[in-house]
Amino acid sequence: MIEVKGLYKSFNGQEVLKGVDFSVDKGEIFAVIGKSGEGKSVLLKHLLGLLKPDSGQVLVDGEDMSALSGPALYKLRDRFGYLFQGGALFDSMSIFDNVAFPLREKTKLKPKEVTERVEDELAKVGLSGVGHKFPAEVSGGMKKRAAFARVLVMRPEIVLFDEPTTGLDPILVDSVHNLIVWGQKEYGYTAVVVSHEIPEIFGVAGRLAFLSGGVMLQVGTPEQIRNSDIPIIKRFVRATPEGGFLDEQA
Amino acid sequence: MFSFFQSIGAYTIGGVRKTGHMTVFLGTTLYWTVRPPLKVGRLLRQISFTGAKSVPLIVLTGGFTGMILGLQVYYTLRKFGADAYLGPAVALSLIRELGPVLSALMITGRAGSAIAAEIGIMRITEQVDALESMSLSPFRYLMAPNLLAGIIAFPLLGSIFNVVGIYGGYIVGVKLLGVSSGTYFSGIQDFIEFNDITDGLIKSLSFGVIMIWICTYEGYYTRHGAEGVSKATTTAVVMSSILVLVWDYFLNSVMV
Repeated sequence: MIEVKGLYKSFNGQEVLKGVDFSVDKGEIFAVIGKSGEGKSVLLKHLLGLLKPDSGQVLVDGEDMSALSGPALYKLRDRFGYLFQGGALFDSMSIFDNVAFPLREKTKLKPKEVTERVEDELAKVGLSGVGHKFPAEVSGGMKKRAAFARVLVMRPEIVLFDEPTTGLDPILVDSVHNLIVWGQKEYGYTAVVVSHEIPEIFGVAGRLAFLSGGVMLQVGTPEQIRNSDIPIIKRFVRATPEGGFLDEQA
Repeated sequence: MFSFFQSIGAYTIGGVRKTGHMTVFLGTTLYWTVRPPLKVGRLLRQISFTGAKSVPLIVLTGGFTGMILGLQVYYTLRKFGADAYLGPAVALSLIRELGPVLSALMITGRAGSAIAAEIGIMRITEQVDALESMSLSPFRYLMAPNLLAGIIAFPLLGSIFNVVGIYGGYIVGVKLLGVSSGTYFSGIQDFIEFNDITDGLIKSLSFGVIMIWICTYEGYYTRHGAEGVSKATTTAVVMSSILVLVWDYFLNSVMV
């Protein structure tokens, strides 16, 4: 469904992506893992066309996202939902209005239908009764769930999750991961999740890719990544600091 | 020596590039301003913010500017025995020059900085990207309503500044310094021409476009967190104020 071919991107001469290749099948949950600052979020923004690559392609059902602009890009983007790291809720609107926003702007639903759909979506993510509150009045976990409701309300075919659990406590991390899996089963979307939640992400994703040094070092099932022979992946998966600190202690 | 010329070249190229970038930004904003449907709710909110909420500031500054003008112009005119011309002198100064310029600088300080900061914060918290991710143009939702609100609010606020300023001059000239009330207002009627008023309105309108253009541009391209927002806000206010004065000189040289 999504195929990324030879993606290069640099900012002010600093190369971030140096030829990234991978593909995501329809209906799967695909995770991109790797250390902070390796360009995972940059990669995700390329999938949605928010950033243009220096070279390479992002193919969505054969259509090159990176070559599109204007209405054609917007049309392809309509198939996507994007859950931003901080939620990116509009802080001048209530939670209800945030979730209703895409419905009001992009559909011709009547106000009553919008209300029903928003309340239904908020209930599904466990936010019944908080629609009147503003983003600044709710917790980080609630913001993430509200942002997820805003994504789901448009029934996207592909959902991109940019570190959806950053800054949450372990229980909330678990609840967000459950939501991702539940949403996939409920709506059948294809998901690309950028995460550093090890080992929790192994229970969520069907396949994972490890991004390091601007390239995908390994793409495989959770089992294959867990048992990887590549030293940097081994260290990352076992949460061992670089330089073998734990080895030295032993 | 070579690096000196190199840095001048780099600076020039950077300047030309930024000017081009800003021009494209303004063109895109104008395109989304005239392209229906208009975001009426957002437009009304911006008119209220940029326009209605600036009225107390404009009344205060307009009033005191008129009073200062009344005082200064009276003493100058009296030296030539021409104090009867106080009314038209105050009114002409305000309508043609001080009203549009001072009201624009005041609104820039109050609303321009807030517009740059609001869009800047939306940028760094990914709210602008969120609009893009929904296939909705930030230009339609953020820039166009601001521009239209500026085009509507600036001439109105400039006019309020002028009227209050003229009454400020009246208080000082007529009530405190003894100029005849009839002389003050009849002089204004005799000497102010229609094109003085339209020139002032054209100035106000163009200052509105400049302020919104610079402030939305700086906000939209904010980078690097809170420090970036602070930098964008400062740059927006300083650059808008300078451009307003430069553009005012250009307009004066064409209009006078």
